[in-house]
Amino acid sequence: MGRDAGRLSLFLLFTPFVLWIGLLIVLPQIGIGYVSLREKIGINEFSFGLKNYADFFNEPIYRNTLLRTAWISILVTALALVIGFPVAYYIAKIAKERSRAALFLMCLIPLWVSDLVRAYGWIVLLRETGVISTVLLRLGIISTPIEMLYNDVTVIIGLVYTVILFMIVPLVSTLQGMDDALLEAGYNLGGSRFTVFRRIIVPYAMPGIVAGCIITFMLTAGSYLTPVLLGGKNSSWFTEQIYNQFITRYNWEAGATFGVLLLLFTSLVVWAGLMLTGQSLATTVAKD
Amino acid sequence: MTSILRALLGGTAIALLAGSANAETLRLLTWGSYAPDELVQKFEEEYPDIDVEVTFSNNEEMIAKLRATGGTGFDLAQPSHDRVYAAQTEYNIYKPLDLSKIDVDKMTPKLVEGVKANTTIDGEVYSVPHQWGTSGIMANIKEAPDAKGWGDLCDPKYKGRTSMRLRRTILLGMGYALGYDPFSLYDDKAAYQEMLDKVTAKLIDCKQIIKTYWTGGDDLSALMLSGEVILSETWDSTAFKIYAENPDIVFIPPETGALAWIDTFTLPRGGQADDAAYKWINFVLRPENVKIMSASTGSLAAVPNAVELLPDDKRAAVEAAFHDRDIENLKFFANIPPGLEDMEGIALERIKAASN
Repeated sequence: MGRDAGRLSLFLLFTPFVLWIGLLIVLPQIGIGYVSLREKIGINEFSFGLKNYADFFNEPIYRNTLLRTAWISILVTALALVIGFPVAYYIAKIAKERSRAALFLMCLIPLWVSDLVRAYGWIVLLRETGVISTVLLRLGIISTPIEMLYNDVTVIIGLVYTVILFMIVPLVSTLQGMDDALLEAGYNLGGSRFTVFRRIIVPYAMPGIVAGCIITFMLTAGSYLTPVLLGGKNSSWFTEQIYNQFITRYNWEAGATFGVLLLLFTSLVVWAGLMLTGQSLATTVAKD
Repeated sequence: MTSILRALLGGTAIALLAGSANAETLRLLTWGSYAPDELVQKFEEEYPDIDVEVTFSNNEEMIAKLRATGGTGFDLAQPSHDRVYAAQTEYNIYKPLDLSKIDVDKMTPKLVEGVKANTTIDGEVYSVPHQWGTSGIMANIKEAPDAKGWGDLCDPKYKGRTSMRLRRTILLGMGYALGYDPFSLYDDKAAYQEMLDKVTAKLIDCKQIIKTYWTGGDDLSALMLSGEVILSETWDSTAFKIYAENPDIVFIPPETGALAWIDTFTLPRGGQADDAAYKWINFVLRPENVKIMSASTGSLAAVPNAVELLPDDKRAAVEAAFHDRDIENLKFFANIPPGLEDMEGIALERIKAASN
């Protein structure tokens, strides 16, 4: 009886997890992979092959959009790290125990409103007749209204704002575990601020940095609303291409192909990033 | 242990049964503003056993949603008249209408015949008209008094002050502006592609003139009312709404003819509340309800005296925009043959990706 009950409770505990992974992640991915290998011949006629993938590589628009998306995502990740690290360090090491929770909460608050509302917030601020342009005009700093929306810089600002929290949280939790004695020892042994930062803080924070970078990169490359709303006439984004294939062109086969390629390509970028920095998942994210 | 499981299963079964015994639900898949709260409440008061659930969408998403579910999940959809035929032949997502259950005689005969001609497959009619309107351009006549056609959207003198939606409508409009008749080229893929290539080149050139592509009615209204944009491609209904707030901004039917669409009533194949759907169709056709509907949509209903049933401000806007010769000159969207949207999709992507 005791053993059976134990086995049953184990089974019951695992069921939600298995269902979640199986039904919401594994099955849809298999479905997408299957659709991406389907070639459309005529109405409701299909054969199997790699034509959709060939089409992707033969059309420079799609290749360039994917590369552009990856390039901007890497830039956003780097910016999020540069801006997020000091914030995380302040929260984890410099701030007093009591204000720590409040500071952390302040970082979380923007996440309580949806992506859409945050994007519209930026639109209200940055448009030609928006808050910033109007204020500058009133103060006499500029003479004609300026348009700050609809370009890549706006997209990058919007994306950094959206994802930076996912950089700060893992960094704070890693840095909080660091013993201050390590820093003191570093200074005692004659290290400058920079040396201590480079040889002690960064290596210690590496699991947080890697985890944060992977999360922010994946989120950015897969984001849809922010680039579409803030981007304007010249900003192609790869998820927008996927949407267009599925919805505007009814071309599920190409859309699925793009989906698979985005997953493979972003995984490749993450792997390359780990290789280039000499890290591996086992020594960083999965470290005890 | 098993008794607990059995009890749980029993409880679930009862919960499921209780769920299905609830009132009938009418699930509408329609356009933003096509189901105003006032009208939904009135309908639910008249038919207390029907609950109305509304999902807002657009032509492309309606087809994609219904295709994904094989036509289930909704009981009444409202695609435009040119989007029914191809979607039905290719994806089989709709079911034929029982015209005897609809007060067809209350609708404008010309529109009914037009929609029937477009949506009859194997002798079965799939759609009846609901609201109709046009696409054209709107201008702030104080700043752009001479605008009269699609081509003016790319006029260098309006640099940075024009806008359009990067969808198929603008491809067709620019086709007309370049002297083509796109609808007559629908059956000749090679000729249509040639036109698309010209239009693509023109619109890529045009990118340096326009400020941005608008994506929805609210977006467009903000651009026009703030004065950031003075000339834009538009739906007439959006222009009529803006006219109420700023009478300098008027809808202009392009000289080559405004492009006319008719949004229809069409039953999804897996709909489970056909009777409720027919009740809704007949309900919104009643003159007093047409008035509420048109006040919300800003478009004309497919009933003979539709203009009189518009609220005053909208009627003024329609009268300021359309003259008899514009009505004569309307170009109704023709049925899109399968495959055409893929060609247009590539053209749209080229335009979006071109840097200029």
